[in-house]
Amino acid sequence: MNPVMLFRMSFARHICLSCAAALVLFAWPSGLFAGKDLGGVDFARDIQPLLSDNCFACHGPDAKQRKADLRLDTRDGALADLDGVSAVVPGKPSESELVARITTDDEDDLMPPPDSGKQLDAAQKALLQRWIADGAEYDLHWAYKPVSRPTPPRVKNGSFVLNDIDRFVLARLQGKGHEPSREADRRTLIRRLSFDLTGLPPTWEQVRAFVADSSPRAFGKLVDQLLASPHYGERMAVYWLDLVRYADTMGYHSDNKQTKPLYREYVINAFNDNLPFDQFTREQLAGDQLPGSTRRQLIASGYNRLNMTTREGGSQPKEYIAIYLGDRVRNVSGVWMATTLGCTECHDHKFDPFTARDFYSLGAFFSDLEETPVGPQKYTPLPTPAQQSNVDKLKKQIPVLEAVLNTQTPALDDALARWESAQAERIEPEPSVEADANGTVPAVSAGKPIADPAAPPKKIGEILAVPLAKRSAEQKKTLAAHYRTFAPELASTRKELVDLKERIKRLEKAFPTSLVSVRLGKPRTVRILPRGNWQDESGPEVQPTVPARLKFADTESRTKRSDLADWVVSKDNPLTARVMVNRLWALCFGRGLAMPLDDFGAQGTPPTHPELLDWLAADFMDHGWDIKRTMKLLVTSGAYRQSSIAAAKTLAADPLNKWLARQGRWRLDAEMVRDNALAVSGLLAKPIGGASVKPYQPVGYWKHLNFPKRKWAPDSGVSQYRRGLYTFWCRTFLHPSMLAFDAPTREGCVAERTRSNTPQQALVLLNDPTYVEASRVFAERILQHGGDTDGERLAWAFERALSREPSAGERDILLRLVKERAGHFDENADAAKAAATAGEWPPSMALKPERVAAWAAVSRAILNLYETTSRF
Amino acid sequence: MNPEQFVTRLNRRSFLSNVSLGVGSLALGSMLDAGGLAKGPSLGVIDPLHFAPRAKRVIHLCMAGGPSHLETLDYKPKLAEMDGKPMPKSITAGQPIAQLQGNKELKCLGPQHEFQTFGQSGQSISSALPHIGGIADEICIIRSMTTQQINHDPAHTFMNTGALVSGRPSMGSWVTYGLGSEGSDLPGFVVLTSVGGAQDQPIASRQWHSGFLPSRFQGVHFHSTGDPVLYISNPKGVDAKGQGAVIDAVNSINRLRNKTVADPEIATRISQYEMAFRMQTSVPELTDTSSEPQHVFDLYGAKPGDGSFASNCMLARRLAERGTRFIQLYHRGWDHHGGVKNGVLTTAKHVDKASAALIRDLKDRGMLDDTLVIWGGEFGRTPMAQGSGRDHHMKGFSFWLAGGGIRGGISHGNTDDLGYHSVEDVVTVHDFHATMLHLLGVNHKKFTFKFQGLDFRLTGVEEAQILKTLLA
Repeated sequence: MNPVMLFRMSFARHICLSCAAALVLFAWPSGLFAGKDLGGVDFARDIQPLLSDNCFACHGPDAKQRKADLRLDTRDGALADLDGVSAVVPGKPSESELVARITTDDEDDLMPPPDSGKQLDAAQKALLQRWIADGAEYDLHWAYKPVSRPTPPRVKNGSFVLNDIDRFVLARLQGKGHEPSREADRRTLIRRLSFDLTGLPPTWEQVRAFVADSSPRAFGKLVDQLLASPHYGERMAVYWLDLVRYADTMGYHSDNKQTKPLYREYVINAFNDNLPFDQFTREQLAGDQLPGSTRRQLIASGYNRLNMTTREGGSQPKEYIAIYLGDRVRNVSGVWMATTLGCTECHDHKFDPFTARDFYSLGAFFSDLEETPVGPQKYTPLPTPAQQSNVDKLKKQIPVLEAVLNTQTPALDDALARWESAQAERIEPEPSVEADANGTVPAVSAGKPIADPAAPPKKIGEILAVPLAKRSAEQKKTLAAHYRTFAPELASTRKELVDLKERIKRLEKAFPTSLVSVRLGKPRTVRILPRGNWQDESGPEVQPTVPARLKFADTESRTKRSDLADWVVSKDNPLTARVMVNRLWALCFGRGLAMPLDDFGAQGTPPTHPELLDWLAADFMDHGWDIKRTMKLLVTSGAYRQSSIAAAKTLAADPLNKWLARQGRWRLDAEMVRDNALAVSGLLAKPIGGASVKPYQPVGYWKHLNFPKRKWAPDSGVSQYRRGLYTFWCRTFLHPSMLAFDAPTREGCVAERTRSNTPQQALVLLNDPTYVEASRVFAERILQHGGDTDGERLAWAFERALSREPSAGERDILLRLVKERAGHFDENADAAKAAATAGEWPPSMALKPERVAAWAAVSRAILNLYETTSRF
Repeated sequence: MNPEQFVTRLNRRSFLSNVSLGVGSLALGSMLDAGGLAKGPSLGVIDPLHFAPRAKRVIHLCMAGGPSHLETLDYKPKLAEMDGKPMPKSITAGQPIAQLQGNKELKCLGPQHEFQTFGQSGQSISSALPHIGGIADEICIIRSMTTQQINHDPAHTFMNTGALVSGRPSMGSWVTYGLGSEGSDLPGFVVLTSVGGAQDQPIASRQWHSGFLPSRFQGVHFHSTGDPVLYISNPKGVDAKGQGAVIDAVNSINRLRNKTVADPEIATRISQYEMAFRMQTSVPELTDTSSEPQHVFDLYGAKPGDGSFASNCMLARRLAERGTRFIQLYHRGWDHHGGVKNGVLTTAKHVDKASAALIRDLKDRGMLDDTLVIWGGEFGRTPMAQGSGRDHHMKGFSFWLAGGGIRGGISHGNTDDLGYHSVEDVVTVHDFHATMLHLLGVNHKKFTFKFQGLDFRLTGVEEAQILKTLLA
């Protein structure tokens, strides 16, 4: 059969995934690749995305879906002779069937087929033709190429270039005819740095000091201070916890508590201690398998247990074992590889060079983990060294006390003799004793003791019945031992031992626990599940191994999670460092150099600055995977210090800010929105780590949870005012304020949060008791410390909330508000009292409720401003 | 188009592929919202629709817990004959079984309720559902539903998102994303949950999550106690005027700020504060049913403020009148592992009258023609006994649909004689989604969203059928 027919037949049957509808919403500026790049066709940039999006679904890596035996994801495949016709003939577009098929007017022959919803436009067709004319060269996908170490280009513009990052940025900008923006003002810079590095606003004192410090080192000093702050680890943890899907509940069905605050604390400390990223990776994937594994590493290995689990009655254990495997593959490949390996659970990947075998082989690394398929998971006690040594010390006293209790002394001999004689007097002879119905003779046939702590056991009674002189040494020993069990002379020692054991038990019960990696004696067998069907056991068994396409290092005979970890952080692995520095970049600029942050595959967008990405990745690895170093490089660059306010022309030319002619600007993350309000009001509690906490939450929000039914009991005292990242993370009913600001439910890996802008957010900031209370307490502080006039107070409030003074316009608006509200509350005492006592934080008795209520309106307005909740 | 324009187009696409991923959504969100919410009804991304819609909105009466089709909509005389006898192994061999797994012998449990024929159409419906029987000529019964998940939580997820992996958008989010909302003062996708019902299986908010779609398409959960919408009430001591004054100040200052910054996000924020303030009026107005005449309460069997399914049906009609696109009602209490006979009766008492009332009320108001009503659970129940009850079952169960382009008085598909396997005109969840979208004027194959490099759609990658025989 000729290939043309083959093509047609196969396409008629197969409906490709269609192109997104509705995607022509606005006009787009042209010339994104203007300048020197236009010289030639670049396979990775121009051709691969085209082929991937339009052709690979049927002519790509997935052998099962492949039509007409044609694959276009490899050069050999594209050039292959299929019954005398080749899709691609290098240098000869006119002889290439591919060109014929994309340009034909015949709907039956046209590629991609019309019913696929895909369509190539004239420019795309021209591009493909030009590529074939140029020789149809293929190139390795950018993300799988070894990381290069490019030399920063030479550029002109001394004042912008603060470090090597800027050379790459500026070269690209100037190539496109843009110039960078001016540096942002000092108070914007300190706010930006504070939010980016600690997730908290700067204090007014910090702002003043920084603005006043004109030394050239001022900026670097500030960066060092912020990187050294314990809140840096908290800020970084928020991001990491999204990636690894940390939560405090199981996730499925009853969604019971399954909290692991030790793991969260580990992450915070790891960032604060600047644990090298390769080590951070090893400890999480295989902390239990590292030589001399420590408590910290064991806690870190809890990463492998962060997946959702179920307790739902009637669930199939085998199905959930398969679900947990898939969950882990998706997460590991998302977190460290930015690879959508999850697509290969049911079939080979449509766009990237991965197979179902890769999926299950990667999953097999985790088949050694002990876990409960359906039911509560088993926690491991994890005492601190102090707790452990305390218990160990106490345990050493046990044999000492036991020795006392087990040693017969002359004094005890005497006491025993006295006891025995007393016993003898109290033993009454009994009438003959008959065996009972079962033929058993009652224990003490010779007589019955009357006043013993307990009736002597049969054996003792028998000994007592033997006259002293006739007793064997063994009998004497037994009797002495029996006596010691209740001897009054040993009473205090006995009690001491009981108390000691009780105490040890209590202490051990108070050991912190967590879910960690515990190994099975024999790992579970892992098979390729045909189409992901857990009931189908016909697939071949697989051993743990990394994806075949990504075997950059020698991975023969590697079968442990620690080997996987070594491979992940091998310097030959081109993905890990690129993926991580790209994400650190996004934390500082609002978007990655390559997008999206979790797909470096063919369907993702190649990096805007490939050389810069590689330079950063190489620097990261060459300097020991030092995260603080990379963060410092990023924030001390001229690119970072630019203003986020750009000229209309720049905005129009580059609405997404791909070329970095300005800084990014965005609404703060959910946790920061909360932390900021608490910090500004002065309520924020700052201890690091610890158990999850429960801020105010609407009553009844949990009413649809069951097995068992439960209530959210808000914390009181300091725990009510802790940072957002400590909020009890209920996967099925995440705290509604967090949810409103796009905190993810953490069911799967999230590398980049949505940043929506909704009426619910307005309702949260206006009416959630957390924010109402923060406004009230802020109002009290304004009245206590803000000065003598309303104007002074307003300036004071603005400085605390926005690190600046109000403009004349802002002043007018808010002074009008406070005046109008004061008038209102003067006439509504009850309302004033209610508003002035919002929340559980003790109200300031020295202040008049009417004044607090009026100023609370102003502080609410300030906390609701766009600027207050945004990072500029 | 020259190569530059081509690349531009490519990048436009990749930009839009970022819509759910943050930075992109800023700009897109702003453009949609600033135009939409500020000026009135917002349209969705499908404009124009792929074809003329038969339904403008959807009301999904979700019978959570898994109603027994064998006691509600699917009568099996053969099963009655087999009552107490062993279930043929040929039917159950190799089938996944939930709580009955490990049972040595599976026995048939005959239908626990009589069935009657109702209406001109003579539809066969359980005597436990006489009111639904009363609208037999309006409804189309599907007796050949199937799903892929045998437990509540994942089965709801599959029914709502068409995917087994959690984290995908729910159908309500898809529909609202695609069609937008007609009302400007209320959310486009509303979820109502009712009190009452015994076996309270938990129901997770992931069932109305927007997944990778922009999060403003998430379902807004209306609560039957406390604030109907979370944080809708003013703080204590703050009246409407005071709240308005604060919002005015916020918006005025944001406007000033926008003069120097020129950020579409600020414009959106301003309109969202206006929307929030309007919602603070429109939501209480919606939930205050005091203007409804007594005969309407009687029709539904509702009492003001009781949080019942009946009250929620009435609320659903009020939401429909106000332009809400997708309304989902969850009523739990169908998980009858034991005592299926009385259990079905009890739960039927909560839902039967009100479900029928909703159809009648919509019809009276001329709204049934463009409102698609869906009635059904996440799965059905086994023909085999679990004591006096039935276990979860995914190979065959029943739904009914009404209104919005649905042909009334008919049935579609059948299960086998014992009600185990769907055997005739088998309907998958994806078929059901495809048909629902079709009625809304949407070609399910063309309605996609790019995420992680893939064009995702509600109906997944497998073929999905439009159930043409159901269409009026």
